Amino acid sequence: MTAPLIEGRGLTLSFGSERVLDQVSLAIQPGEIITLIGPNGAGKSTLVKTLLGLQKPDEGKVIRKAGLKIGYVPQKLAIDQVLPMTVRRFLTLTRSATRAECEKVLGEVGATHVIDAQMSSLSGGESQRVMLARALLLRPQLLVLDEPTQGVDVSGQAELYRLIDTIRHELDCAVLMISHDLHLVMAKTDQVVCFNRHVCCSGMPETVRQHPEYRSLFGVREADAIGIYTHEHDHEHDLSGHVVGGCGHDHGHGHDHNHGHHHDHSHDTVKHAAGGAK
Amino acid sequence: MMDDFLFRAVLGGVLLAAVCGPFGAFIVWRRMAFFGDMLAHSALLGVALGLLIGVDVRLGMIATCLASALILAIGQRQSRIGSDTVLGMLAHSTLALGMVALAFVHGVAVDIMAYLFGDILAVNMTDIWLLAGGGAFAIAVLIWMWRPLLAVTVSPEIAAAESIPVERLRLVFMLLMALVIGMAIKIVGVLLITALLIVPAASARFFSRTPEQMAIGAALFGMASVLAGIAMSWHFDTPAGPSIVISAAGLFLACIFVAPVWKRMAA
Repeated sequence: MTAPLIEGRGLTLSFGSERVLDQVSLAIQPGEIITLIGPNGAGKSTLVKTLLGLQKPDEGKVIRKAGLKIGYVPQKLAIDQVLPMTVRRFLTLTRSATRAECEKVLGEVGATHVIDAQMSSLSGGESQRVMLARALLLRPQLLVLDEPTQGVDVSGQAELYRLIDTIRHELDCAVLMISHDLHLVMAKTDQVVCFNRHVCCSGMPETVRQHPEYRSLFGVREADAIGIYTHEHDHEHDLSGHVVGGCGHDHGHGHDHNHGHHHDHSHDTVKHAAGGAK
Repeated sequence: MMDDFLFRAVLGGVLLAAVCGPFGAFIVWRRMAFFGDMLAHSALLGVALGLLIGVDVRLGMIATCLASALILAIGQRQSRIGSDTVLGMLAHSTLALGMVALAFVHGVAVDIMAYLFGDILAVNMTDIWLLAGGGAFAIAVLIWMWRPLLAVTVSPEIAAAESIPVERLRLVFMLLMALVIGMAIKIVGVLLITALLIVPAASARFFSRTPEQMAIGAALFGMASVLAGIAMSWHFDTPAGPSIVISAAGLFLACIFVAPVWKRMAA
């Protein structure tokens, strides 16, 4: 296995008395798509921010490949009205680019028409596409996406995931993605990391789907619903050869105490399923 | 007749407005108006220290502004006390300290009003050279760090994820602000410097589509305010510093009415 682009080892972080990350280890290899899934408040964004160096862990360390180029697409970006900013100018936020380059990259995400618009006038979907275009312009080795389909309608979501997949093949970059659109995401991903303050289980989508911890986190009905989607795409993942990661039994916690949703998941099933289908 | 002192006042004022434009734009974007105010208040302590120790008061003002910026940067590292509270405490305690220290200065009659409201008509060639040199330095550094500083302003998270040294840029910007404000006090005074920083930038917002347009527009509006203010002071014998601020505010009000018309014509 080649050296990972970025690797977190034993990351532990508490906000006050609440432990948000508990001994989390995660490595991202060149060219792979990793999807972080987990319930609300599981600390997914915090984990990504820690990996990116935006948040210092209490314990553990992050090893970043020297000279690693990261394109980061935050969950949402509200540019203050006091700051005038055209889309064209926003694309060149951290590097310069010609207008032709900007048009090309906007074309790739299907947002050429907004090039001269003010950032504050964009819709949620347009804003996500523009942020994606900006990250692409950097030609990153690692693309980090925090819930990339927030505020995008259902048909737009599927399209956006297809787009991310196309881009990944074109740039040959790794992708780290947080998502709650379980069934849409899993079909395209190499490795799913099911996360709730610690890595519950990880591996190929099909393996994770079968994992008891995953099923208890998201409820059986939701888990099976995902299965239908992933099954269609099984052939894409046959050769990836990823081994199932730690399934959580090695860090000495009784899982019943770790998952807030565990004891009542039978009641939550319908809610989770509804949330996933949104 | 164009007197020498008038020429120096116009030159000094226009130079200062040109420097204040881009800095004022960043102050508006980063919502740091109160920070500028705090630095200006601390400058009075610099005047007192300069007189007591016997160094040039201009250097005293720049030094205390830089020191206050550093203290604030340290104070902001904790989160138990809000940064606006830290700012307020620093502003008023340095001002009070400055006033008390001035009471110990014997033998020199200090014209406090000149420091509070500025004395642009008393600008001499040393002031002009200091302003030109310091201003050129501040603008050069600002241009050099323009893109990353703007990225930090738009989104500290994107900037940090893409390996931009967020904290270092913040500190350098605060120190540059301190330098600019330290230089500006002699011209527009402690109480009016913030106005010269933020009002032209606010006017420029109406007509800009990019950050760069707003920064240059702020410099132009600032220069126009200086010229109008000095003209007003000349014709009506009003105090120059306040006249400049009134001109800037008048221009802003005019912009409110002109902007919609301008927008329709541009569209």
